[in-house]
Amino acid sequence: MKEDHRDSLEFDFSGIRPEEAIISTKDLHAWFHNNLVLKGISLSIARGKVTAIIGPSGCGKSTFIRTLNRMHELVPGARLRGHVFFDGQDIYSPGVNPIMVRRKIGMVFQKPNPFPMMSIKQNVVSGFLLQGIRTDQIDEKVEYYLRLAALWDEVKDDLGKPASSLSGGQQQRLCIARALAIEPSVLLMDEPCSALDPIATAKIEDLIHSLRGRYTIVIVTHNMQQAARVADYTAFFYLGKVIEYNRTEILFKNPAKSHTEDYITGRFG
Amino acid sequence: MEEKNDGKNRLVDFSMNNGSEKAFKAIGIVSLILPLSFLFILIIDTAADGIPRLNWNFLTSFPSRFPEKAGILSALVGSIYLIGLTAFIAIPLGIGAAIYLEEYARNNWFTSLIEINISNLAGVPSIIYGLLGLGLFVRFMGLGRSLIAGALTLSLLLLPMIIMAARESLKMVPLELREAAYALGADKWMVIRKVVLPLGLPGILTGIILSMARAIGETAPLITIGALTYVAFLPKSLTSPFTALPIQIFNWISRPQKGFHVNAAAGILVLLTVMLLMNALAIWLRMRLQKRNI
Repeated sequence: MKEDHRDSLEFDFSGIRPEEAIISTKDLHAWFHNNLVLKGISLSIARGKVTAIIGPSGCGKSTFIRTLNRMHELVPGARLRGHVFFDGQDIYSPGVNPIMVRRKIGMVFQKPNPFPMMSIKQNVVSGFLLQGIRTDQIDEKVEYYLRLAALWDEVKDDLGKPASSLSGGQQQRLCIARALAIEPSVLLMDEPCSALDPIATAKIEDLIHSLRGRYTIVIVTHNMQQAARVADYTAFFYLGKVIEYNRTEILFKNPAKSHTEDYITGRFG
Repeated sequence: MEEKNDGKNRLVDFSMNNGSEKAFKAIGIVSLILPLSFLFILIIDTAADGIPRLNWNFLTSFPSRFPEKAGILSALVGSIYLIGLTAFIAIPLGIGAAIYLEEYARNNWFTSLIEINISNLAGVPSIIYGLLGLGLFVRFMGLGRSLIAGALTLSLLLLPMIIMAARESLKMVPLELREAAYALGADKWMVIRKVVLPLGLPGILTGIILSMARAIGETAPLITIGALTYVAFLPKSLTSPFTALPIQIFNWISRPQKGFHVNAAAGILVLLTVMLLMNALAIWLRMRLQKRNI
């Protein structure tokens, strides 16, 4: 028999044990100036799994993943309170350099943003360049990460061409290759398909499936079918709070909260 | 049965008489042609006077009491040294200041004060800079009426222009590219060096071209700091006295003899050529950079 959680304060039904979590947040609040956008998020992200963050526009889902690799604070007027633990270490404790955090937790953005002044090849290894790291075996690395991002066969003869010559979907996979090349443990994806057509979207989703296990992926999406297709766990955000967090198939088939049900059945959002 | 459209029984009238747009286009064309034609007439007139005088001797002779013997060597060399030195001082300072203001400075009242002052300084008449140069570099610092004093004065004049142009182009670098770099674990300096500056460089160069073109034509501040009008030698060091093309031209025009007026016209042509060459060089540089950037 299904338990009725409609009015309970409980929201986390994911059953992720502490030792399974690679990232966990505790009472995370985030502001833009005086506007409170995250109202106490406590959530665990399971290692090696794909976690989707869904919710209507303005619910704080993008802000949430930007707090996970300290990108939030780059926006003027951004403030934060609370904790984000990565492998047990609070990335907001005073001694932590955000640059080192971002090297472990990579990010792919909504709009494909390859560097226009660099070739395809240079884009793949741009992380080394930007970190000031000399690297050898560049050709091998370029091929490896382009294969990992399922782009190699399409671009192997045009590595010297500007990244802007690629289609939107190819550019986004190039951005994924670029993010993977610095060998992060976690890949954050902020609505990576929202600027792409369905075929390009399907390719990115296949890519996410192939990266599962090896990387922890957190993907923000406003496309619920996408969340259902790619994610192991799904969190439903609304007005800066987590309403429900559960295994994806349970969240979509048997939501515990009426709010979640209303959203996934399209009654609001 | 084929339907015939003779244009008489149209259901919807798709024709539209947009007279105002045509009028605006006409106004636009006139306001383009009018100033250009004045400029063109001016150049033709100068060329007609000056071209007969332009020859190798004119370029390689020092000034003289006799118009037909006088040349612009010292002024040409003086101008080239002056511009080179000014560029050497003003460009790094200007770009550095722009990077600081755009990328590092906190958004507080002090920064705003600096910003307001920079935009005001860009509008200050150049003779005021001349007076400042006279007081500060020539007298107080004891540099005398020298090449370096002139270059420092011109640098002051150009700095606000370079800073503003550079800031504008740094501002144009899209936020998403900066974010992409930060997300790859770059520190701020690397983001600026590898992403912001390469992308902003073409715009910065345009600003530099414009300010340098202004510098080479500046006369007032150089006269104020006491650049010489009759120089029969080439500057040997930074502290040598000097003259420059606009000063030489100004000097020749104020002579009563007709021959010197012809010299002035020829000098103007040389000045214009130097300016065009400088601009061409900068445009070529910019195009090369853009190509490399792609």
